[in-house]
Order: sequence, then C-alpha cells, then structure tokens
Amino acid sequence: MFPVKELKRSALISLWFAFLTFPIMVIKVDPIERIVHWRWDNMFFIAFGSFVLSILAKVFMIQKERRASRKKRKIAAEPLIQRIAREPRFLYPLVVACFAFGVSFPFLFSTYQTNIMTTALMYVVLGLGLNIVVGVAGLLDLGYVAFYAVGAYSYALLNLNFDMGFWAVLPIGGLLAAFLGVILGFPVLRLRGDYLAIVTLGFGEIIRLVLENWNAFSQGPSGIANIPRPGFFGMEMTFAGGITYIYYIVLVLVVITIFVVNRLQNSRLGRAWLALREDEIACQAMGIDKTKTKLIAFSLGAFWAGFVGVLFAAKTTFVNPASFTFLESAIILSIVVLGGMGSIIGVIVGALILILLPEYLRALSEYRMLAFGAILVIMMVFKPEGIISNVRRSYKFKGTNTPEGEIHE
Amino acid sequence: MSDSPTILEVEGLSKYFGGIKAIDNVDLDIRQGEIVALIGPNGAGKTTFFNCLTGIYKPTAGDIKLSDPRNGKSTRLNGKKPNKITEIGMARTFQNIRLFPTMSVLENVMIGRHCRTKSLIFGAITRNKATRIEEAQIIERSYEILKKVGLHRQVNEQARNLSYGAQRRLEIGRALATEPFLLLLDEPAAGMNPKETEALVALIREICAEGHSILLIEHDMKLVMTLSDRIFVMDYGKKIAQGTPVEVRENPAVIKAYLGEDVDA
Ligand SMILES: Nc1ncnc2c1ncn2[C@@H]1O[C@H](COP(=O)(O)OP(=O)(O)O)[C@@H](O)[C@H]1O
Ligand SMILES: [Mg+2]
Repeated sequence: MFPVKELKRSALISLWFAFLTFPIMVIKVDPIERIVHWRWDNMFFIAFGSFVLSILAKVFMIQKERRASRKKRKIAAEPLIQRIAREPRFLYPLVVACFAFGVSFPFLFSTYQTNIMTTALMYVVLGLGLNIVVGVAGLLDLGYVAFYAVGAYSYALLNLNFDMGFWAVLPIGGLLAAFLGVILGFPVLRLRGDYLAIVTLGFGEIIRLVLENWNAFSQGPSGIANIPRPGFFGMEMTFAGGITYIYYIVLVLVVITIFVVNRLQNSRLGRAWLALREDEIACQAMGIDKTKTKLIAFSLGAFWAGFVGVLFAAKTTFVNPASFTFLESAIILSIVVLGGMGSIIGVIVGALILILLPEYLRALSEYRMLAFGAILVIMMVFKPEGIISNVRRSYKFKGTNTPEGEIHE
Repeated sequence: MSDSPTILEVEGLSKYFGGIKAIDNVDLDIRQGEIVALIGPNGAGKTTFFNCLTGIYKPTAGDIKLSDPRNGKSTRLNGKKPNKITEIGMARTFQNIRLFPTMSVLENVMIGRHCRTKSLIFGAITRNKATRIEEAQIIERSYEILKKVGLHRQVNEQARNLSYGAQRRLEIGRALATEPFLLLLDEPAAGMNPKETEALVALIREICAEGHSILLIEHDMKLVMTLSDRIFVMDYGKKIAQGTPVEVRENPAVIKAYLGEDVDA
C-alpha cells in the first residue's frame, strides 16, 4: 500500500504550492471597480492538482525502483528505438524513408510550413554541434549562441562591407566561430563544471553586448537589414522559391552534420571525449592531452554554430543582437539534454519536438518557457539520460584469435 | 639484476600539503626488469608518491629521472604533464579505481592506446585507409590485452558492471595498453579474495617476464614478500628502510612502524 508518510508529504507539497501561487492565482485586483476578487476555487484546484500529481509522481518512482531492482543483475531491456537503430534491416529503410520525406517536404506542404521546418532543421544542426561539446565531451557551454552570432554577423558584415556572397562566407563564418572558440577555450577550458558554465554564459552575453553597443561596427541594436539570400548561379528566384532553396541547403547541411558527427563519435577522438567526460584524471594518466582534446571539441562545436549562423542571416535577411540572447543558448541546450546527451537520434528528435511543438501549438507558445522548464524538470526526474539514451557501440570477436570490430552506425 | 640499467631515479622527493609533509626527502630507484614494492602504514604517503611521479601532483622538491631502457633516453619528469609522462613510458593504476564507468571494457583499454596512435579530425571524418588500419590495430591490441588479463569474455560489458577484482585487472590492462616500460600499481590486490590474489600474482609475474618493470604499493605482505625483488618502506612521509624482502622483514624500524612500540609481539 501507499505509505502514509508519502501521503503526508504530498499534502505538505500541495499546501506549499497553494501558498506559493496564492498571490497570482487567488487574488485578483480589479483596478476599475477598485475591488479584490478572492478566487478560492483556484486555490482548491491547485492544492488538489498538486496533491494528485505528487502522489502520481511518487507511485511512478516506486514502480521504477521496483523494476530496476528486479532486473538488477540482468541486462536492461533495450528500448525499441535502439533495437531498430542496431538492426540494419530496419535502420536503412527508416533512414531512406526519413530522407525521402525530408526531400519531398516542400512539395507536400505550404511555403509557411517549409519555413518552419527550415528553422527546426537549423536547430537540429545547432543541437548536434552543441552535442559534441556538452553531450559527448561533457563541457557545459552556456554561451553557445555567441558562436551562432559570430556566424550570422560574419555574413551580414562581410556582405555589407565587402559585398561577399553567401557561399564564400559560409566556410568563413564557420572558421571564424571555430577560431573564436579556440581563443576563448584556451584560457577557459581548464575550468570545470559550474565554473566553465558561468564563464561561457558571461562570454555569450559579452558578444551580444558588444554587438549591441559598438554601433560603428555592427550598427547596434537596429541590426543589419537587406542581407541577400543565397544565390544559385545568379538566377532570380521567387520568394517561395528562395525559401525552398534554403530549405534544401539546410537539409543537406543536416545530412552532412549527422554523417560527420557520427564518424567523429565512433573514432579515436570521440572515445577520448567520452573518456574525458567520465574521468579527467584517469584520462590524463592514460596519455590523453586534456587541453588539446577539449579544445578540439569546443571549436568543432563552435564551427557548426558559425555555419548555421551564416544560414540564419541568409534566411531571415536581417540580423540584430536580440536574436542572440541567452534564451537561444538555453533552447539549444534543452534540445541536447531533452533529446539525450551524446545521442544523435535523440538530439534530432529533441530539436523537432522543442521547435515544432510551440509552432503548431500556438496556444502554448505564450507558456513556452514555462513548458520548457517543466519538461526539463520532469525529464531530469524520470529519465535523466534523455528521450533516447546513447548506447555504446558493441564489438564482436570471431573465434579467439581474430578480432573483428563490428560497426553499428 | 644489479647490473641492469636504472630506469627510475628519484632523489630527495618532497611533497608538502600546507604543514603536512606527505613525502619528506625520499630517494628511490628501480632497475630494468625489477619488481619493487613500496610499503608502509596507511597515510605514509605512498599514493602521494605515485601522484608526484605521474605528474598529478607537483613535487615541493626533488628530482625524478626516467630512462627508457629501449633507447636509453632519459628525461627529467619534474613539471611534465601526466599525459606526457605516460607517453614517455610510465603508466599507473589507481587505488580508488578510476575506470571510465559507462564505457565498455574494450573501450577502456582502447583509450589506453590513445597515446600510441594519432588519427584526428580528418582521419575520423574521412575514415581513410591509414585510420581504418590504425583503428583495427587498436581493437586487435586491446583484445589481446584483455585476453592477457582474462576479461576477453566481457568486452562489451560496461566497466561499472564488473566485479571489484575484474575492475582492478581492467585497470592494469588499460595501463598496459599505453606500452609502459614501468608500471605503477597502487594496491592492486585490495578487495580481492585469495583466489583472485593468486591470479593477480601470476599476472604480475607474466607482465614482468614480458619486460615491464613494476613498482607496486601493497598491504598484502604475503604478496609483497613473494613478488618483490626489493622493498622500500615509508612511514610518515619518510623512507625508513629499503632492501630485499628478508632484510626488510628483519629490520627493527619496519617492525616498529607496523606494530607500534610493541616490538616483541
Ligand atoms: N590532496 C591532498 N591534500 C592534502 N593532504 C593530502 C592530499 N593527498 C594526501 N594528503 C595527505 O598526505 C598523507 C599521505 O596520504 P597518502 O599518500 O594517500 O597515503 P597512503 O597512500 O600511503 O595511504 C595523508 O596524511 C593525507 O591526508
Ligand atoms: Mg594510498
């Protein structure tokens, strides 16, 4: 039976919630009539709701613990999605289907939908880039948006001042961001955990403030407008055509990113990142150059952000510092954490959920941040490894003498 | 043994933590092919000594010189980073096991191969021929090492799921993967049952026979006495004795350190 102690705890929680929400949920001042409405029914709903929720949560936890202890010595059952990912028979058709859907998307849906999907795919790339830094190498970077801004402003400014085209700036934007990543990373990466998080957070804000206040350089808060969309051999394009074109560019970038990130993760370098995340001292004792390995992860992540930044500027044809607030970093980080640290499929799913859901549930978009917070807290409590947790690659050895690495990708 | 070249030479090593003299002016030397034990009561400074050798702590004073018997090159280790020291050819295990817990057994050993291989971003992305060959060699070598330490049946198991004794053996395997000529083992038999300890003794002998020299910290006196060529004894950060097992066993200072004032017991 459900222990009485827990019932008491839930009652306390509901009381506490009722108390906390009292000022906003119960009191309502009518400034015209100059009277106060006391909405006691609201208080009742909140108390009752939080009571039920906390009991449900506890029941869930108890069951989870029971299940965990039951199969302690047994190997945990693999989630369906991982079994699919492991079996080429299922994986390849699935990948082909996803890709076909991606390619035919602009034909199946309206320009408006295509535009939203383009945004979502850009976040997929951003998420995968940050995933290298946070998910794989374990460096909590809260200023990722700074590199995104560097990419966007590279295109805006190089185009404004030197009339450079999209394709020329695309690699330059990535490289500039990566370069900045190295410059910042060198002094900062010796910090650990929370300290690194705070410094990168500050760095993100510094970049934004510089862009906002250095008028001569970046045109300040008013931003830079009339950035050209990417050209296609000088062809004139309709508005809708332009959007479809950018969609395909981003789609190709997504495919490239998945390919590259997957290969990186399953390499000598990727292993070193994972090991670094698990135990720094052991890592160094095994001959891994901590600084160098971290720096590579940090600047690779930055490179991707810079890349997407250029695309962002080209897509919106307008950049200003307001697009690069901490909120943006928080969203990208949520994608990685929600999706599953270190898992490529997880990050893709996470990005699609977090970006598409608010777009389609317009009613929810006002409570977007609230929903983010709630989702993250719930995830951390019930599934800290994310929607799709990363599985280590397994190896098969035939016979006893000839090892043969079997590669699951 | 006495005519083989000296591979590790420590002179006047000291390490202070504020007022605590964790190591106080200790000399030590190891010759090629030896198994040397470092013993002493808890808190004597043995682990701190290892941390100074491997670059995790910066010594307060003293000199550490490591000479590679394979090419005769000798290097002063003071101020070198831990990964550089491993690269030169000295690897270690940890008293409080420090594996990569969620990585597989095989991957733990593969990490050890890191400093002997070199593919980076370009190789990882293009997966060119050199990288593929290197990766295959990493896997092959790691598997061989796992066979040596008897863990080849658990290659895909997460390291944290191994038994205590198996984790200690995996740490040895991981250290071996870096191709050290000198291997430092910090209490390798701690927490092992007699049968596991016996297997460990055989493993250490085998490793030594393959040409690795060994410096080991251990509390199991039977193991120390059977394995070691020479023993160094520390107490309160100072070296109080050194010599063959027989000499050390009969040394009054050692008996006193281990049994307190009650020398007759
Ligand atoms: N990082 C540290 N900071 C302060 N004191 C330390 C530190 N590491 C070790 N010590 C102290 O140094 C002494 C020796 O410890 P240690 O080398 O672990 O002993 P042993 O391995 O011989 O049991 C102990 O008194 C311990 O408290
Ligand atoms: Mg110790």
